[in-house]
Amino acid sequence: MLRIGSGAGFSGDRIEPAIELAEKGKLDYLVLECLAERTIALAQKRKKADVMLGYDPLLEKRIRSLLPALLKNNVRLVTNMGAANPIGGAQKIIEIAEELGLKVKVAAVTGDDVLPYVFENADSLLFNPELFETASILSANAYMGVSEIVPALETGADVIITGRVADPSLFLAPMIHHFGWSVDDYDLMAKGTVIGHLLECAGQLTGGYFADPKKKDVNGLAYLGFPLAEVQSDGSALLTKVPGTGGTLTLRTVKEQLLYEVMDPSSYITPDVVADFTTVSLREDREDRILLTGGRGKERPAQLKVSVGYDAGFIGEGEITYAGENAYGRAELAGAIVKERISRNYDEFKVDYIGAISGHRGSFGHQVNPYEVRLRVAGKTFEEDKAQRIGEEVEALYTNGPAGGGGARKFVNEVIGIVSTMVPRTVINAAIKVMEVGQNGKETV
Amino acid sequence: MARKLYELAHSRAGDKGDVLMLSLIPYEEEMYEKLREQVTADRVKSHLNHIVKGDVIRYEMPNISALQFVCQGALLGGVTTSLGMDTHGKTLSYALLEMEVDL
Repeated sequence: MLRIGSGAGFSGDRIEPAIELAEKGKLDYLVLECLAERTIALAQKRKKADVMLGYDPLLEKRIRSLLPALLKNNVRLVTNMGAANPIGGAQKIIEIAEELGLKVKVAAVTGDDVLPYVFENADSLLFNPELFETASILSANAYMGVSEIVPALETGADVIITGRVADPSLFLAPMIHHFGWSVDDYDLMAKGTVIGHLLECAGQLTGGYFADPKKKDVNGLAYLGFPLAEVQSDGSALLTKVPGTGGTLTLRTVKEQLLYEVMDPSSYITPDVVADFTTVSLREDREDRILLTGGRGKERPAQLKVSVGYDAGFIGEGEITYAGENAYGRAELAGAIVKERISRNYDEFKVDYIGAISGHRGSFGHQVNPYEVRLRVAGKTFEEDKAQRIGEEVEALYTNGPAGGGGARKFVNEVIGIVSTMVPRTVINAAIKVMEVGQNGKETV
Repeated sequence: MARKLYELAHSRAGDKGDVLMLSLIPYEEEMYEKLREQVTADRVKSHLNHIVKGDVIRYEMPNISALQFVCQGALLGGVTTSLGMDTHGKTLSYALLEMEVDL
């Protein structure tokens, strides 16, 4: 039996649940999944500014709070916090361990960065090369899988840090390493992938992103605990969480997460397998314990998916609130004024009425008469000063717009677009770098 | 009798590029067959007409008594470059639950 915990579901996730898992989860492995599609392109930008950076910005905070408990309880850590710089991330972990007087061995997995290949082959690889006439490619990272992670586990490292890998592979790799599963056993690969898929968003399995008061209540959401799986050698698993933590783990929460972000439940494609989720069975054992069995798989795909990040200019935004009688009418007048003043200067321009119809782009027959409305104006452009102009125009509504507007705010954000393509497996050149720090000081193998 | 899906089922939205995925999970598993009959891909497409520009494909999951709707062209061009307030379309699970079925 193998116990794997999920200590982060995105780069900004809470840290306390991971500490609970490391201290009380009786884990063999803790996985921290911290890399969204855009995160790596942003990380690449940080690395360009400083070659030592480019790993997850919260790496230091997470490692500092987790490393002592992980080492004390003999829990190995697997994480994609390396982002655009797994070796830089590993060096940072060594530095923290040295400072805390801890002995640690770290393995960094590299090879996902295929930017040079994508540059050279942009015409054939990119679905819409015209996109890049005014934009520039920032990053191109292949989704690596267990074939690249397992060798890092074999080094005996306490911490395995990667860049871009498929999220479920972070969980499947320890299972393969522990049980000695063959990567050609596609049913086992599928079973492990389902477990990884369920765990990868951490709190979304245990009642996070689920509650709807009086309809779907979740107890102790403020102290939401993250999930762990007890995996058996046949690929079945018990999903549970640390007793005493908040949240809930039920058939309902597990079903929502099983289907989360799934394009075709009969063919869930990772670098390791094509898994069939329609063959999975779920059973409630007792409170906060769900049994997972079944799962079939087919041969892994020949090519690897690559996420290409490109500079897509700037989004400028401005917001202002109207409240009281005829709030919506005044907000609509304000929106029309800003549109008339500046919309012609933007590639794309959008006016939203927050509190009225902005989220669903309509109201499905509901009467919309809100007591207060927040006007939000947004526009896209490649010129930063033009992006700034939007917030300035919204702010100018104070003295140049309808009555009673308040709380104006303005924002400018860089936009990183992502497109996907496929590359042959041979393009990636995976490597592992092991670093150690202990009683005898720092050493690199 | 017309009932809102909100009363009968729950849903979570997911995204990939310009594609929106919406699960539909009845609170009571016995309700699965009724929903499978009534909540067709066509009906979802017409319910979300002002949001989903492309096709809607429905996947049936009898093993967990749930349906999955995969909606193309639903996120204003795609999560990463959309000007929308909710770029991921995360709130749209509740747009699906606004739909009515006849029981």
